[in-house]
Amino acid sequence: MVDAVIITVSVTALLLAAWCGLAAYRDSPTKDWHFIGMAVVTLAALVQLVVSLVQLARGERPDHGMAVFLAYLIGAACTIPAAAFMSLAERTRWGSAVVAAGGVILAVLELRLHEIWGAGHG
Amino acid sequence: MADASETGNETGRTTEESDVTADPTAAGEQPAAPKAGIGTGPGRLLLWLYGIFTVAALSRSIVQISMKFHHAPLAYTLSAVAGVVYAVILVALSKGGESARRVALVCCSVELVGVLTVGTLTVADASAFADSTVWSYYGADYLLLPLALPVTGLLWLRRAGQAATAAPAKAAAGGEPRG
Repeated sequence: MVDAVIITVSVTALLLAAWCGLAAYRDSPTKDWHFIGMAVVTLAALVQLVVSLVQLARGERPDHGMAVFLAYLIGAACTIPAAAFMSLAERTRWGSAVVAAGGVILAVLELRLHEIWGAGHG
Repeated sequence: MADASETGNETGRTTEESDVTADPTAAGEQPAAPKAGIGTGPGRLLLWLYGIFTVAALSRSIVQISMKFHHAPLAYTLSAVAGVVYAVILVALSKGGESARRVALVCCSVELVGVLTVGTLTVADASAFADSTVWSYYGADYLLLPLALPVTGLLWLRRAGQAATAAPAKAAAGGEPRG
């Protein structure tokens, strides 16, 4: 796994979490700008999905199992879109809290992806 | 996941509609809608986290049971049970209503007992289970959320229940066209 991609997704996810956490703290639902932020993070996760699939196609293999790696990869790509739909349904501060939690969870998924792929690959 | 957000959407809409007709200050004081309030407001955050844990625990146990069940049968079965408990709570939260609230209360209690039992066993004896589960070390691998979720869930369900019993009186007093 390319470290730069993991770092990009993690950092943007944590920024999104902080931003939406602030909105929840201020008793505000998610606004248009938040959804643009979610789109950016989702785009980064999709780039990661494509990059990883290309690497797998080139014959590289995760250290700790293909099935687990793919499950985390798909989970990472779906987390923020799912949170976005929930925050559309919940037009209160709690909708923002959902996206903030989603950002933190995506960062954790990235950490796990890094471990599953293995440090040896770089 | 899609089903949950769709039903959540419907309840969200009805809440908004009744807010328009009801006294706005009264609506602000009571975040839980009378009937299906357990999956909206703060409940929506619980719904989201339970959704993630359902997917995480179930997919993890499916991989483990299908690929290396003999390695740690007890731990993997436990993970599957945890996943099912999470799934039941998820469905109950998204469905709403009094009976669903009771089901969720029972399942959150089971979950709390499970995480406390397994957590204590693993802390006392690290070799109690051949492989780690969602509940090992009180869920430390999962940001301690497996311990925090049932406690938060029980508190929230209790509060939502109190709000639901208080709601009919308010509806009888007028201002709420639909129950």
